[in-house]
Amino acid sequence: MHEWALAQSVIKAAVEHAGTEKLKKLKETGVVFGELQAIDKEIFVFALEELRKQFPAAAACKFKIILEPAAFRCKACAHEFPLKGLKKTKDEAEFIHFVPEMAHTFMKCPKCKSPDFEIAKGRGVSISYIRGDK
Amino acid sequence: MNIDPRPSVIEDRLKNIKRVIAVTGWKGGIGKSVTATTLALLLAKKGYKTGLFDLDFAGASDHIILGAKGLFPKEEKGLEPPVYEGVKFMSVVFFSENKAVPLRGANVSDAIIELLAITQWGELDFLVLDMPPGINDAALDVMRFARGAEVLAVTTPSILAHDVLARSMALYKNLHVPVLGVIENMSPGRARAGVAAAIKTDPGLEKALGHPSALLKTAFARDLSGALKRLKLP
Repeated sequence: MHEWALAQSVIKAAVEHAGTEKLKKLKETGVVFGELQAIDKEIFVFALEELRKQFPAAAACKFKIILEPAAFRCKACAHEFPLKGLKKTKDEAEFIHFVPEMAHTFMKCPKCKSPDFEIAKGRGVSISYIRGDK
Repeated sequence: MNIDPRPSVIEDRLKNIKRVIAVTGWKGGIGKSVTATTLALLLAKKGYKTGLFDLDFAGASDHIILGAKGLFPKEEKGLEPPVYEGVKFMSVVFFSENKAVPLRGANVSDAIIELLAITQWGELDFLVLDMPPGINDAALDVMRFARGAEVLAVTTPSILAHDVLARSMALYKNLHVPVLGVIENMSPGRARAGVAAAIKTDPGLEKALGHPSALLKTAFARDLSGALKRLKLP
């Protein structure tokens, strides 16, 4: 249920954004799930449903989950590579699930074996759009 | 649009913590981690609800000083830090299997924000932050997210450490970061001007590392305990 903490951050950030933009009601929020963090969608959506009761502005908001594939760029050799094919144990995947930066501890550039790569896309949870009524 | 939602909950996660003490020092190897860990143990022994967060990702060592093995946070609406010797303890080593964590600055910042957003500290009297050396992403993030954090600065008798210390103090003053005081580790015994507490070199300290009860009986812990009042700590 570590997803609960991130779901709370999404709903709180969306409501705060609504306040800044003077939106009375949130209609739809785009929530990006980066492939690397491997968030459990079912748990996350369940948490959002529970949490929306505490945030009236988000009572009727639709949260659209968008999956973003992870993409990496090696700082040492400039090789670009996807997550697929990178080896990690079940425990290592779990650690990356909690803190995606642990990818640098457990994964390497498939070409030059450097751990010094950039997570160019698909790291973790973010918000890509917020729509609402003024 | 690309909004990072995590900062929105950090204030919430820290709201039930009465005081945040950032143990800093801009040079490496001057005893920040031993000071931070011993301080957390001393406060916990006095009955205060205490947390310890090792923010030195590259050189995490509080778990070694505590002798904490086989711990992992509990997943409960986030991560609840394990309690060890009365101290709620969080460290990157829980997720690194004690392997190297080769992170660039932006990655360090991302990892700190992630851990601040998902760690459920609950109610604490004190959260002791063991800061990495220097003024870097960890230090800047702490100033950004833990706005009430009070600095406990560590130095040594070396002119090198003192010179760097003077620069750090000037910066904290400019940024209006409250400073509890300066601790001089490995001291010959007499506190210099501007130093709140001189902690003498303790030949017995190394042997006590990894054994909290032995650590609390060292001359180092005794000196630190004796300095708490001067550092505006209970």
